[in-house]
Amino acid sequence: MIFATIGTQLPFDRMLASLDTWAARNSSLPIVAQVGATSRRFQHLQTVTAIPQSEFRHYMQAARLVVAHAGMGTILSAAELGKPLIIMPRLAKFGEHRNDHQQHTSHEMSRLSHVTVVANGEELHMALDRVVARGFATPPKMATEADACAPLLEALREFVWASHSVPAHTARRPVRSST
Amino acid sequence: MREEKQSRPVVLAVSSSGGHWVQMLRVSPAFRGAEVHYVTTDRSAAHQVKADHFHTIIDANKDTPIRLTICALKLIWLVASVRPDAVVSTGAAGGYLAIRIARLFGARTMFIDSIANARELSMSARLSLKVADRVLCQWPRVAETTGTEYRGAVI
Repeated sequence: MIFATIGTQLPFDRMLASLDTWAARNSSLPIVAQVGATSRRFQHLQTVTAIPQSEFRHYMQAARLVVAHAGMGTILSAAELGKPLIIMPRLAKFGEHRNDHQQHTSHEMSRLSHVTVVANGEELHMALDRVVARGFATPPKMATEADACAPLLEALREFVWASHSVPAHTARRPVRSST
Repeated sequence: MREEKQSRPVVLAVSSSGGHWVQMLRVSPAFRGAEVHYVTTDRSAAHQVKADHFHTIIDANKDTPIRLTICALKLIWLVASVRPDAVVSTGAAGGYLAIRIARLFGARTMFIDSIANARELSMSARLSLKVADRVLCQWPRVAETTGTEYRGAVI
């Protein structure tokens, strides 16, 4: 299954229409697409409008490939799960976002091993064809752990405990989470 | 020496849904041992945190003034009842509002700008620079030119 997601805010029909065209000639590959608040119909995609977090995670886990706008939520989730990801940045000139920060994000994130960036529908088709030709090879496991990198956590921990004495049992090592 | 409280700190962790929330989850290990109150715009995110306290606010931005007002009122109520020692936000508008409000109640405040903003600060981060104790940015080059701090990133 291929999972496509455009995030929680504005519609992103440009990406979905292109995906729909591709799906028409690759009908053996099921595609579930979270399409947001759009009035368009995508004949070759199995669409959902908005999904709760638990379902989002479920689709991400089940997917062999994720196609998405350049939203950090999706990029980080795909990294955590080791899923190959194709991202298309939203552009302000098409009214797809308030500004072009997704282009900057894409540029920076293209360094990640699991991420392929495409600028338009044509490039999306080529990238999809390549992934299928490779047999959906999963990228090597990301070097990241589930947690944020250590310096940021340390800065935050210091900030949180600034006016409190850190209990002895949490001072040297992280406390076990209360599961 | 400054008098230190023995109890655990109360943290209000405020973020919008989507990428902001995913980033909050990634920094949440830093809250271990504290009493954490999560505040976000998506009710369905509740099961993702093992917190005793989970609150929702209405999603709003600068183009939705009425929703923004409703959001601010809920945040005033939350800050007044939770009385956090520290407020941490990963954005966006609701997080900035929470920080502004929490300052009035004497809480320490930190805004962490989204890693999505690789070239310039978000508007919420720019506004937070005027009111928050700390504003962190996840890109060193952006931090250099904006007076924010770079302390690493969520990835």
